[in-house]
Amino acid sequence: MERTIRFKLNGEPVERTLDAERKLLWVLRTDFGLTGAKYGCGIGFCGACTVLVDEQPVRSCLFPVSNVHGKSIVTIEGLAKNGHLHPIQKAFISNDALQCGFCTPGMILNAYALLKKNPKPTREEISLAMEHHLCRCGSHVRIIDAIQTAARDIEGGRAR
Amino acid sequence: MKEDEVFNPDTVTEKTGAGVDRRDFLKRLGGGITVFFTIGVPVARTQRRRQVRDYPEDFNAYLRIAEDGRVSCFTGKIEMGQGIITSLAQMLAEELEVPLSTVDMVMGDTALCPYDSGTFGSRSTKYFGPPLRQAAAEAKAVLIELAAERLGAVRRELSVKDGIVSDRAGNSITYGQLARGKRIERYLDEKAPLKIHPQYVVSGKPKLRTDALKKVTGEAQYAGDIRIPGMLYARILRPPAHGAKLKQVDDTGARNIEGIKLIKDGDLVAALHEFPDQAEKALKRMKAEYDDSDLAVDNQTIFEHLEKAAPPAEIVTEKGSLEEGMGDAVQSFESTFFNHYVAHAPMETHTALVHIGDDEVRVWASTQSPFRARDSVAETLGISSDRVHVITPFVGGGFGGKNQGQQIVEAARLAKLTGRPVQVAWSREEEFFYDSFRPAALIKARSGLDRMHRITYWDFDIYFAGTRSSEPIYHIPHYLVRSRGAWRGGGQTHPFNVGAWRGPGSNTNVFAMESQTDIMAQAAGIDPLSFRMINLTDARMKRVLEAAAELFGDSFSKSPSGKGYGIACTNYLGTVLATMAEVHVDKTTGKIRVDRVVCAQEMGEVINPQGAKLQIEGCITMGLGYCLTEEIAFSGGKIIDKNFNTYQIPRFSWLPKIETVLVDNPDMPPQGCGEPAITSMGAVIANAVNDAVGVRMFTLPMTPERILQAIR
Repeated sequence: MERTIRFKLNGEPVERTLDAERKLLWVLRTDFGLTGAKYGCGIGFCGACTVLVDEQPVRSCLFPVSNVHGKSIVTIEGLAKNGHLHPIQKAFISNDALQCGFCTPGMILNAYALLKKNPKPTREEISLAMEHHLCRCGSHVRIIDAIQTAARDIEGGRAR
Repeated sequence: MKEDEVFNPDTVTEKTGAGVDRRDFLKRLGGGITVFFTIGVPVARTQRRRQVRDYPEDFNAYLRIAEDGRVSCFTGKIEMGQGIITSLAQMLAEELEVPLSTVDMVMGDTALCPYDSGTFGSRSTKYFGPPLRQAAAEAKAVLIELAAERLGAVRRELSVKDGIVSDRAGNSITYGQLARGKRIERYLDEKAPLKIHPQYVVSGKPKLRTDALKKVTGEAQYAGDIRIPGMLYARILRPPAHGAKLKQVDDTGARNIEGIKLIKDGDLVAALHEFPDQAEKALKRMKAEYDDSDLAVDNQTIFEHLEKAAPPAEIVTEKGSLEEGMGDAVQSFESTFFNHYVAHAPMETHTALVHIGDDEVRVWASTQSPFRARDSVAETLGISSDRVHVITPFVGGGFGGKNQGQQIVEAARLAKLTGRPVQVAWSREEEFFYDSFRPAALIKARSGLDRMHRITYWDFDIYFAGTRSSEPIYHIPHYLVRSRGAWRGGGQTHPFNVGAWRGPGSNTNVFAMESQTDIMAQAAGIDPLSFRMINLTDARMKRVLEAAAELFGDSFSKSPSGKGYGIACTNYLGTVLATMAEVHVDKTTGKIRVDRVVCAQEMGEVINPQGAKLQIEGCITMGLGYCLTEEIAFSGGKIIDKNFNTYQIPRFSWLPKIETVLVDNPDMPPQGCGEPAITSMGAVIANAVNDAVGVRMFTLPMTPERILQAIR
């Protein structure tokens, strides 16, 4: 059924009339041309499609677009502010925490939500929080390093 | 400068060797200085002279210094995470004397980059790197020559740094200024002198990935991220099993979706829409009937099947006589090792977008072989290859699985049938169905020891793994290595597609070789490290083993010691390494926890130590999957594993402590790095498991069920 849906997308108010059953991932990727969120499995297992809805990480491949009405969505494209990378993005670069990069947007956004909840996670806590994000290249060790680096940088006031 | 080195594009119209019109080709580049170079065996000088006005197929890449001073390296190789986008740029920057940040890599574009057979086998740095370096040195020589003219100086009095040529009086000129207003093409003919490694400031130094910024901001584009006006997204009807034939399809339910386009062309049935999810909805509403496939084989019977299906053995390598070696042995050992089918499972599924335009057919594809893709699209559409332009955006993982281009051909067919640009992006289920799995394989190994714990003979009979890394690494007087079939499969041996998988053949071969080695060490009653040192004569191998042992710290004891320590060594296409691991095995659940993995690797000259370590860590992490869980469940042509919910790949909670050390050998040309370390994982974990609980695992993956079965 067609419905008009209004929400904030990376800080900007947007409105679309569309089939309300459609999943957020495809609306973002096709209707809005924001391709940072990736399709990896379609069943919410891999985390490549993760975006933030009201600061919470969601698997957009399973998330009906009707559920975002009135909410605020942040995709990887919206994480940097005024040309300044978020500390997590910087830390992924400085730790070489990626290879093919396909899982990276989802990893970063999930890490963002983790650090909001737990600004000083241990390695074990990071591992647990990232457990349901898959990376096939095997960058896991450095992803944990990067999240620790970001946590330190945010705490040390080097955040934006 | 010689006359023929200054090139006037308007006087040349010959077709180039790669099928690109030469004038168009250079027009695409604009001005600047371009250097061609060749890979592999250099062609004879005379032959090269004859080809000087043609774009020879043997000149296999080039670099260009643009008028703004930026340097482009054009290569048919692609970036799929392995990091050559950085390491190749380092090699170029080093020889050309420019900052790394001014180098742009243009990769896998068939209109801009001359022919390349594909990106696989850890070959890019090894085979592409040296000529790239030579071309950069040559380009530098040209620039110095031009600078000498402009500055009115003699060449030997000029120095270069950061893309600026300076004379002794303090006058200087930039590469960009030198390239301005000129269209200069130069073939690499005489060798310009190369820098030597103590002079290096960029190459051999740890550098962060140069593509990271794009990848952390979502700016990096993969094939599925390309959007062009009018494009349709296709979902294709798939059979329930390999070998099943479509009897009939009822698409009534799909027809009433607004904007849907349904295609039936022989075996190709597809739903297309301007939204991918609407195409998916239509596909789900199609009702199809299939004839059953009659393949009987499954995970339980596959090895029996392979043994029967095997063609006669071919000799890979041999020395001495096995009979003599057996005579010298006081102990003999016979084992058979097995591994199951394994998926590549890159995070990005196979994807392609094909746009049939008036001038050219443009293809964006996730592929490891863009030129092969170009040729298959041309064949599909019945046009010549020079009308097909394949662009390879970032590839979201390949691991050997993206050499075949089925999805590209499907997109080309659908683009032709609909008259619209078409994207085919496989679902995860399609990815698990059409993946060219690492083949199930078995190896029969026989070997013997003398009283001094020396290996006297080695008989290694490989079924369907392929031959890579099968040559004995120890000093053995009598050996025979045979191989039947290959990892490419062929014929009706496998019920589905198989192919190269990160370190093709070697994962299986090293599992068998180094497990058999440990079996002998245990029987000899000595620890596995000493046993290897007794039997090794290869100095490089000894060095990595010593380096790994030093980093590992703790000493090895005769297995099973209960400590859970394992060792495995290998030589992967010239790169040597030793891996050590510590595991814990839960005897009640059969679960293996890998606590620590140490790897010492020597790969000749190292271009990017940071990138190399990242690759080794990646190999170790990814390798845990085929050791512990990864096995494609199938029944006949039916693939039972359809997604990550049943096919378990390594996760954060699996992570061991990983420590790596690069053993220095800068005088040897660079060998490969993307694959070697994954190949030792099966053996190192199996050996550690044996050391922990005293059970020898002959089958990969070592699932909890198999461990429990072995313990009982």
